[in-house]
Amino acid sequence: MTDITFGAANPAKVDTAPPVKVRGYWQSVAYRLRYDYVTLVFGFIILAIVLAALLSPWIAPMDPQKTSMVYRLKPIGFKQFTLGTDELGRDILSRLLWGGRTSLLMGVVPVGLAVLIGGTLGVIAGFIGGKINMLIMRTMDIFYAFPSILLAVAISGAMGGGMANGMLALTLVFIPPLCRIAETATTQVRGLDFVEAARASGAGTASIIVHHILGNVLAPVFVYASGLVSVSILIASGLSFLGLGVEPPTPDWGLMLSTLRQAIYVNPWVCALPGAAIFITSLSFNMVSDGLRQAMDVKM
Amino acid sequence: MTTITRDPPKLDVVPEGDPRDRGGPAQPLLIAQDLKKWFPVRGGLLNRAIGHVRAVDGVTFQVLKGETLGIVGESGCGKSTLARLLMQLIPHDSGVLTFDGDPIGEMRGISMKEFRKAVQMVFQDSYSSLNPRLPVEDSIAYGPKVHGMAAAAAKSLARELLEKVGLRSNLFGQRYPHELSGGQKQRVNIARALALSPRLLILDEAVSALDKSVEAQVLNLLRYLKRHFNLTYVFISHDLNVVQYISDRVLVMYLGQVVEIGSVDGIYTSPKHPYTRALLTSRLSMDPDERVEDPPITGDPPNPINPPSGCRFRTRCPFAEAVCASAMPTLPKWLDADSHVAACHMHDAAGGHSRSGNPPGVLDPLHALAPAGRGPAPVVPLRPAVVA
Amino acid sequence: MWLYVARRILYAVPIALGVTAFCFALVYLAPGNPLQLLLPPDASAEVIELIKKTYGFDKPIPVQYAIWLGRALTGDLGVSIATNRPVTGEVLGALSNTVILSVAAVILAFSLAFTLGLLAAWFNGRWVDRLVTGFSIVGVSVPNYWLGMVLIIVFAVNMNWLPATGMGSKGSESFRLTDWEQLRHAILPVVTMSMIPLGIIMRTTRSAVSEVLNHDFVQTLRAKGLGEFAVLRHAVRNALPAVLAVMGLQFGYLMGGSILIETIFTWPGTGFLLNKAILTRDIPVLQGTILVLALIFVATNLAVDLIQTAVDPRIKRA
Repeated sequence: MTDITFGAANPAKVDTAPPVKVRGYWQSVAYRLRYDYVTLVFGFIILAIVLAALLSPWIAPMDPQKTSMVYRLKPIGFKQFTLGTDELGRDILSRLLWGGRTSLLMGVVPVGLAVLIGGTLGVIAGFIGGKINMLIMRTMDIFYAFPSILLAVAISGAMGGGMANGMLALTLVFIPPLCRIAETATTQVRGLDFVEAARASGAGTASIIVHHILGNVLAPVFVYASGLVSVSILIASGLSFLGLGVEPPTPDWGLMLSTLRQAIYVNPWVCALPGAAIFITSLSFNMVSDGLRQAMDVKM
Repeated sequence: MTTITRDPPKLDVVPEGDPRDRGGPAQPLLIAQDLKKWFPVRGGLLNRAIGHVRAVDGVTFQVLKGETLGIVGESGCGKSTLARLLMQLIPHDSGVLTFDGDPIGEMRGISMKEFRKAVQMVFQDSYSSLNPRLPVEDSIAYGPKVHGMAAAAAKSLARELLEKVGLRSNLFGQRYPHELSGGQKQRVNIARALALSPRLLILDEAVSALDKSVEAQVLNLLRYLKRHFNLTYVFISHDLNVVQYISDRVLVMYLGQVVEIGSVDGIYTSPKHPYTRALLTSRLSMDPDERVEDPPITGDPPNPINPPSGCRFRTRCPFAEAVCASAMPTLPKWLDADSHVAACHMHDAAGGHSRSGNPPGVLDPLHALAPAGRGPAPVVPLRPAVVA
Repeated sequence: MWLYVARRILYAVPIALGVTAFCFALVYLAPGNPLQLLLPPDASAEVIELIKKTYGFDKPIPVQYAIWLGRALTGDLGVSIATNRPVTGEVLGALSNTVILSVAAVILAFSLAFTLGLLAAWFNGRWVDRLVTGFSIVGVSVPNYWLGMVLIIVFAVNMNWLPATGMGSKGSESFRLTDWEQLRHAILPVVTMSMIPLGIIMRTTRSAVSEVLNHDFVQTLRAKGLGEFAVLRHAVRNALPAVLAVMGLQFGYLMGGSILIETIFTWPGTGFLLNKAILTRDIPVLQGTILVLALIFVATNLAVDLIQTAVDPRIKRA
């Protein structure tokens, strides 16, 4: 028998056993990730991309804005231009490094904002239920009625280009799915006995949400959001490609892809480089998100 | 196999000088007066309410200070809804709840916050009874913190309570629920309920999911804690043996209504209501000679959305007559701790039933439901509940 | 089930209304006076007055929405600023080209993805499975506008096998699949477009089939002595409804999300029309195209839901 025996007339004995070390949820997730080498490798790629973008002022070989009529559309490895030049004679490598800044920003900021807004709305809708839930979730359904690219194009197309408008459009695109995830998770947790027990001990709504709901809702929201970063980078670059996101001459992968497209017959492989950067970044985020999903699927 | 022998049932008297006591020993701790809870059933094109599940339909009873009131009934009879109503986790549609003389949720009554401190609930052990993201001592300490206790004090209280329920705080305090066995989790659940020093504990199927051997340990723990903390229990279960073991008085529910209340000995040795008899006969006997061949109660309970007219048990009752369909029997007024009453026309001298005033139970206890012509039922000595 | 069907259709109505409200609001999202956005810059004073009257710009916004919705319901989505032609005609003309691409891409994606997903589920955990799973992640991670460019570089620029852009000399008026010259133009865009649905359908198939294979009844089938091929047939039959539903949804996404691919390949569909409208800030065309595409998306989702209810006996929605 594994249970601790305990007689009714026998109050607990004083014991001197040392406290046990146990792993909490997030610790066990970290423990699992440590042995998931594929995820680790892609995690390191993300780290490298982020570092390269952050350090671009120091590691970029040239000024990304400096044009040159002489060195237009040079191939890979031409003189000092390791990865060639674009249609205005600017160094591709430097622009790729600098472009990582806007692309990563456009990938992370809208998702972060949408987690805050959508997550809050979802938890509120899920916890309160009833009419409030109807109001919030039916409004979200309307935005669900658009494919995400179409919604982003519609909003930033109407409002005009620019990075801020692009981010706003992407945030609006990601709020509904995150709201739905948070609402589903909250609704599931809300009916569980430990939440009832918390209410029975006299706790208010805010306290229950903070102490009992958030901890259980965070994991699914986090996993989903990590997958959205890749989508966000893809759509943001797509917007820039259509002339809706980042505006020239700011270096950005999507924008570079768009302007280099004209030179496809002159210097095809240079044209493909910015897209490759988008692809590697988005793939890495997807792989890491997948690894997280598996590591966080801990039965507790 | 552990055999539990049972102390003679007696109503504990509240010790003098419990500072929380307000109404005195004679004042029932909790009075439920005509409680009702109907859940709407939605359907149709526009999802409108098309009917109501009468989960709790006019329930009246009293919980005396220091006693254990057992509540039994088939699953779906409204036991759990009743528990949540008593706990005020869901509001009742109508009726009055009075705690130690003070009406709950009314102007001059006890505030909800005070009530929440005084009444706590132990849930059925399941994966959801404890927050999977919190170490168990934090789950226990949460309630006191809500009521303003400092974090350090709450934690040391939690560790003290863990010891009280038989878990070494050094070994278990920092663990997460998934690292505990069912019995251990249930001890934690009990400790959590005790953390606010309640006077009344509502135990909703608190031992039903446990292994039999563990169940016995937890039941013993509950008996110990009751004395130690001067508690009153409402013990809800579908397990007749467990209820018999732990209760002083027993309340039998059928389809959202109380059909019988009485002392545990009264209910188990001379049940009055045909439903109670059927329930008791349906227990599997440990003695092969006593086994009944045919189940005494057949069929599922009727639909609580459209309960039968008159007496709700009449569709399954072998004594049903015309009067049972036309008039709903009422539960006679309950008088004191030893009263034994049943809502049945046969037990009402003016009930209009052919056996009114001469109910079958008096003639052949326990086996009154046996088909006619089978001869007198054997006399069954009451045996202690055996936990296998 | 009929009750569910009726309710599901009824439920789509407020969503469709919300979609129209959103499209109507696009004009107000845009910076500047909404009236000017709907008119060519050189419009005369009389024209401005006329438009003001017919669209009710002097009335409160709800009234304007009602007027706009009424006109939209009768098929009047306004006039393009760039071409001065009715928006409805422009959108409908482009729609068929987008349908051609989307249908072809979804069929291609499904036939490939279902086979591969089945293989992955069958060889659960083996290298085939890992290859297919990896490929499906690549499919959803690749920026398809870039993939389109790479395909153009390889097959049009370097090898000169296929045309890079456009729909061919005959244009979009008389597109026929039997015409090889025209079909050649569709190959690269269709392949590019099928990438994302390929990855997603593959994943769905793999998980649906392997879930069925893990059920007890499959063990029973094996225990009864059924051959592996017959077991697989059972698994496919059980997994198919879910996969078909995902395929239907993907079709909706392709219809609405074709803008990047059509821009790359200058394929004259709705996405290309949308891109032109953005570049020329032709708000009426932008608004009309988005409205039509979103309503098609709503209708697709509805159809998928209803068909799935009818096909899958396990879904009994009250």
